[in-house]
Amino acid sequence: MDKYVCTLCGYVYDPAKGDPDNGIDPGTKFKDLPDDWQCPICGASKDDFEKQA
Amino acid sequence: MRPTKIAEGIYSVGVIDWNIRDFHGYSTDRGSSYNAFLIIDEKIALIDTVKKEFADQLIKNICDIIDPKKIDYLISNHTEMDHSGSLPPVMRAIGENKPLYCSKMGLKNIQRHFPQKWNFHAVENGEELCLGNKTLQFIETKMLHWPDSMFSYLKEDKILFSSDAFGQHYAGYEIFNDQVGEAIMPHAKKYFANILLLYAPRILKLVDQIAELGLKFEMICPDHGVLWRNNPSEIIDAYVKWSRQEGEKKAVVVYDTMWHSTETMAEAISSSIAEEGVAACPINIRNSHRSDIVTAVLDAKAVIVGSPTLNNGLFPTVSDFLTYMKGLKPQNKIAAAFGSYGWSGEAVDLINKEFESMKLEILDPGLKIQYVPDNEAMDACFQFGKKIAKAVSR
Repeated sequence: MDKYVCTLCGYVYDPAKGDPDNGIDPGTKFKDLPDDWQCPICGASKDDFEKQA
Repeated sequence: MRPTKIAEGIYSVGVIDWNIRDFHGYSTDRGSSYNAFLIIDEKIALIDTVKKEFADQLIKNICDIIDPKKIDYLISNHTEMDHSGSLPPVMRAIGENKPLYCSKMGLKNIQRHFPQKWNFHAVENGEELCLGNKTLQFIETKMLHWPDSMFSYLKEDKILFSSDAFGQHYAGYEIFNDQVGEAIMPHAKKYFANILLLYAPRILKLVDQIAELGLKFEMICPDHGVLWRNNPSEIIDAYVKWSRQEGEKKAVVVYDTMWHSTETMAEAISSSIAEEGVAACPINIRNSHRSDIVTAVLDAKAVIVGSPTLNNGLFPTVSDFLTYMKGLKPQNKIAAAFGSYGWSGEAVDLINKEFESMKLEILDPGLKIQYVPDNEAMDACFQFGKKIAKAVSR
């Protein structure tokens, strides 16, 4: 599963880990995150993320 | 410095740091200040504190106006230690149980700085705090320039307490921008170039958001330097301009040199660019601070970098500069590399790799000259400069 990087702060969304603090279960793909999900570090929106090379 | 009344019931109680010359790697030739603000209404709020070693001065400034125990709320707009460092003594002075307002990320970050279990109140974006006749509204400004950053807006007075945004590292007895005049802008520009440039897309969004909310500003009070009282939109307009990074008709030629060959090239390239009517200047990295160089780069359309090849690699100062510039994410720039070498000549290609990773437009594969530039090499430098000038002018 692809990881995605926040272009604002550098946080990496790892689908294997999810974002449990914000109700995102491990195993959730980036594309399946809710549209209003925000970067847990800096609050950037989904469209501020890029697929990790 | 003694506290100053900046509006009815509002005091600047911060301190001046006359002697700081290196602010985490940013050269502060004019020192700095750590601003804090006291708002006196039916309830009393203190906005931000100062660097730890200035805590006594801050508390004395507060005491000149009121007994610190009368302060009802402490507002922390930003967790960085030049603004939060005095939280422990200030909380002791005002009362450890007083509410400490901060953003949600502020709550996390303050707890990673201090062990105290203060009476935190993490605000929602847009939340208001009524002080009596005056109302503070909190606006999240994540990554301007830390995750915890927020603005506090005093609605009735139309005063924005903007944390680090719109600040300048400038120590002086002047309180307001009109007391310094145009000479303040280079300090504001340097601050933007070194602290905020990488968040330029975020700044443009925020300015739109402010317009949508219809917020008007009579005064903008940053946490460093003078307060923008006279035409505060001037600094917002400047931030929009700098954030757009459209680039002026200007090229900056940044280099270091071992035996003056790369320097000779830099001067020839720069003078050739200037001959074509494009502003240009050569900057020797060893004689200029990296924070001044990126300020020169901020509004330039082209950044040209020269390095000798040392031990098959880049000259260390050039690596330093490139690392620093890369972190600040400059955009929309034309780039080209040059340098003298002895036998292997890797430096130019290594600079190009850095340009690639910064997504700059590489104009030319780069100009390598072996040992000392001869007439033919000098001609190549002039042609190289002309090509840069043409690209900047297109």
